[in-house]
Amino acid sequence: MGVFDPVIELTKGLGETLRSFFFEPTVTVNYPEEKQPVRPRFRGRHVLKRYDNGLEKCIGCALCAAACPSDAIFVEAAENTDEKRYSPGERYASTYEINMMRCIYCGFCEDACPTEAIVLGDNYELSFVSREDAIYTKEQLLEVVADESMLTPRKTEKGVYTRSVPEMKNPADYERYERK
Amino acid sequence: MGKKITLTVDGKQISVSAGMNVVDAAKEAGIEIPVFCHHPKMDPVGMCRMCLVEIGRPVRDRATGEFVMEDGKPKIQFMPKLETACTNKAEDGMVVVTQSPRVKDAQRGTVEFLLTSHPLDCPVCDKGGECPLQDLTMKYGPGKSRFDLSQKQHFEKALPLGELIYLDRERCIFCARCVRFQDEIAGEAVLAFDDRNRLTHIISESEPGFNSVFSGNTTDICPVGALTTTDFRFGARPWEMQAESSICMQCPVGCNITFNTRREAGSDGEIVIKRVMPRQNEEVNEIWLCDKGRFSTHHYAEGKERLTKPMLRKEDKLVRASWDNALKAAGEAFNANKKDFVVLASGRLSNEDLFNLKSLADTVGGETILYSDMGGGELTQLVGVGAGTNLSELGAGDAILVFASDLYEEAPIWHLRVKQAAERGATVIVAAGRQTKLDRFAKHVIRYAYGDELKTISDLAKGGAEIADEFAAAKNAVVFYGSDGLGVNGTSAVAAACADLLKETNHIGGPNNGLIGVWQRANDQGAFEIGFRPTEDLAKALKGKAVYIVGADPVGDDPNYAKALKGAKFVAVQELRESATTDIADVVFPAQAFVERDGSVTSGERRIQRFYATLPVKGDAKPDYAITALLAKQMGVILQSASASVVFEILAHSIEAFNELTYDSLAEVKEQWPIVGRDDMYYGGTTYANKKGMGVQLIPAAQAGGAVKIQKMRKEAALRPKADEVLAVPVNKLYDLGVTVKSAGILDERIGELKISVNSATAKKLDAEAGQIVKISFEGAQGEGVVKIDDSVAAGVALIPRSMGVAIHEPIIARAQIKTGGKAK
Repeated sequence: MGVFDPVIELTKGLGETLRSFFFEPTVTVNYPEEKQPVRPRFRGRHVLKRYDNGLEKCIGCALCAAACPSDAIFVEAAENTDEKRYSPGERYASTYEINMMRCIYCGFCEDACPTEAIVLGDNYELSFVSREDAIYTKEQLLEVVADESMLTPRKTEKGVYTRSVPEMKNPADYERYERK
Repeated sequence: MGKKITLTVDGKQISVSAGMNVVDAAKEAGIEIPVFCHHPKMDPVGMCRMCLVEIGRPVRDRATGEFVMEDGKPKIQFMPKLETACTNKAEDGMVVVTQSPRVKDAQRGTVEFLLTSHPLDCPVCDKGGECPLQDLTMKYGPGKSRFDLSQKQHFEKALPLGELIYLDRERCIFCARCVRFQDEIAGEAVLAFDDRNRLTHIISESEPGFNSVFSGNTTDICPVGALTTTDFRFGARPWEMQAESSICMQCPVGCNITFNTRREAGSDGEIVIKRVMPRQNEEVNEIWLCDKGRFSTHHYAEGKERLTKPMLRKEDKLVRASWDNALKAAGEAFNANKKDFVVLASGRLSNEDLFNLKSLADTVGGETILYSDMGGGELTQLVGVGAGTNLSELGAGDAILVFASDLYEEAPIWHLRVKQAAERGATVIVAAGRQTKLDRFAKHVIRYAYGDELKTISDLAKGGAEIADEFAAAKNAVVFYGSDGLGVNGTSAVAAACADLLKETNHIGGPNNGLIGVWQRANDQGAFEIGFRPTEDLAKALKGKAVYIVGADPVGDDPNYAKALKGAKFVAVQELRESATTDIADVVFPAQAFVERDGSVTSGERRIQRFYATLPVKGDAKPDYAITALLAKQMGVILQSASASVVFEILAHSIEAFNELTYDSLAEVKEQWPIVGRDDMYYGGTTYANKKGMGVQLIPAAQAGGAVKIQKMRKEAALRPKADEVLAVPVNKLYDLGVTVKSAGILDERIGELKISVNSATAKKLDAEAGQIVKISFEGAQGEGVVKIDDSVAAGVALIPRSMGVAIHEPIIARAQIKTGGKAK
């Protein structure tokens, strides 16, 4: 081994560094100033969706809690009235809590939901300093509304919102989804 | 059991008793034939068509009546079409096929057809998760429908049928189980179908709506979510709840129940009881529960009024104290007044509590008093119904005498079972001073004037008359006696007379024979077993004494008792909730409710049954037996209190009747028919299977072979009201103002106002009309009630329900005055 060998190797390495510094595209991002968009099917923090009119989609059926493999969801239901309506139909979730420390983001809750109320969103920025903070309440999970008139609970006309589960289409319309 | 027959179901030879239908026969052999409308407790109707099966019968030779043989086997001829298994009785040699493609196809079709107009409500439906329609759809349904979903029949959603039951008409599949239950089992036909075709729906035909005390049972047997209870509306999903076994504490029947509990954010994260479900015990309540038990048995253990810390009177005010200080204060006071020490306890306590109280009082030389208006328990110990008694076994050739008791109001499940015995052919004799609901089902009704009770029984005992002879000739005879129109002395005398009647007619000492007391509280019988006795004049017994009151509210119940307790030397009160009595107490001990601890109670049929700790303990409360033991320690007496089972063991060794009983023997279960439980909900309903004990019946002295000597009671002179007076008579009401009912809230409408019943002649004399307010006053007590005209009542008598605001304990001469201008709404 020659006496200049280490110098040559060092120069080689430095050359590679300089090459990628000047000629290769940047792959890292300046998080948190810059954020990477997530994939369409990414499973992040849950959101409780609303209908276009602002009424909550969640009807408090607790099927998400039943489907949850890590027992992270707790639901309690109560009855809607036209004076104080949260969701269409008779039933709404008076308590809806998800323990984010337990959640494994499997998305079973989404699958179980009969009204597509719970959706795993694209928010992955979860941080808490206590166990209590890890429990997200209904207020935190609910979708933000555009204006105040869409807030729940609210007074609604009598006899309009009588069904909890959206009307299903004719079975014939589902034929195309069926596996042959 | 009757004749056995043999049939083949799916190639399996099964042997069942004759008269069973094919569904029940297959079920007994473990073969499932799905049903919606058939229920093992009711007659089949064949309305739902879910049980279609292939049935083949052996061909008989017309001339000889013998089976036609073919290849050495009887020739089987199948009907060309499927038949309903529920409406066909199992026959000898019958061949049933439940698994063929034709049957499967029929089941698929039936489910598909039922679902053509069933809403997709499962996520919001209270039945979802324990729903036979859901279960059978998953198991037998087609998976997809060929029908247009927009053609489903829609009705307005949940319709209250009364304040206890909601009806959702869309969900109904017209099995008529509820209608048939009300007709056949409850005997109150208040439900019916209305309209035709797809518009068919259930209606309530009564005012107020669904006016039956058995209404909750229809929600258990409803195979869909059409009938649900209001107290559990959206309360929880069935799979989220825990189940624990218990005993209903509302009456002496001792119905087996299951509490469903859940931790709830709405109750500050506490574990709470969400609903009460029946638990099968075919010897006690079968699979039924009355509404009083279902809707109110646990509520008095809840609420802000619950005591959680001991309290001590300091400078005329009750202040929180430590257990040590409170016990010390009470111990010192009782030690100083050992001669005047009185324990007043009620039948709301368990056997263990009462036993420790009795031991304490006996050791220090004190007195024990049972807080009750009804006596005669020493006679049920003597000639009570024998071990092995099951009211379901009474039928043709047997007799049941119901004396001075309105079972419908006092013990609804006994009413139900006596009614069913009557339908099986038993001679039911109802003797009362007024009309009762059981009259309709009785073979003989004896209407006596209040005050003539003893004469009525002695007439029965004398014989000669048709009724007396029928009773005497009965194979088995049971006598229920109660406190309708009677106080402590009256009931004691009646009990003795009834015991005498049973003895004279030789109906003692065996199963299904003997005397049953229709007590006012759940464990009055247990209190008698342990040695508690009621007293005729409680006010006198309390005056100037050092009183230890456990599980009773004498101050709130009667102003006379309040006055007497004011003159007491010392009052220690052991209670669950704040009451008028705890307000005047010197020391208050917070006790655990029966839902928070283990224990046992003795039913009117002398069955010892266990209840189990269901909820966590509230605050610093302790079980009654433990508080008594701690107090006893202060008084120099050592009592056992490590656990309820330990106390029970000592109790069982100290009292002869309890001999050899242990908590383990009380927890034994045996196989029961019909099969109910969590996997068979389509069949028997949502009733829980019994896994935690059916209890053990005590053996009465007469059955044990002891000598039966019944003391004759001295006859009291009948009270005769003067011209401007009435004879005020206490009667019992199911829904009263007692804290155990009132605290439920949901039953308030059923409690209603105080109604004082008089006949039209008396009303005329008082110048009163129905609905007017009448003021009743007698020695030290008074009250106002609404006049109700009841012509079955004798002239000059006013019926006053107990625990409705007027402190009446026994028949008494009273002044009645109509309040002018006071017309009730």
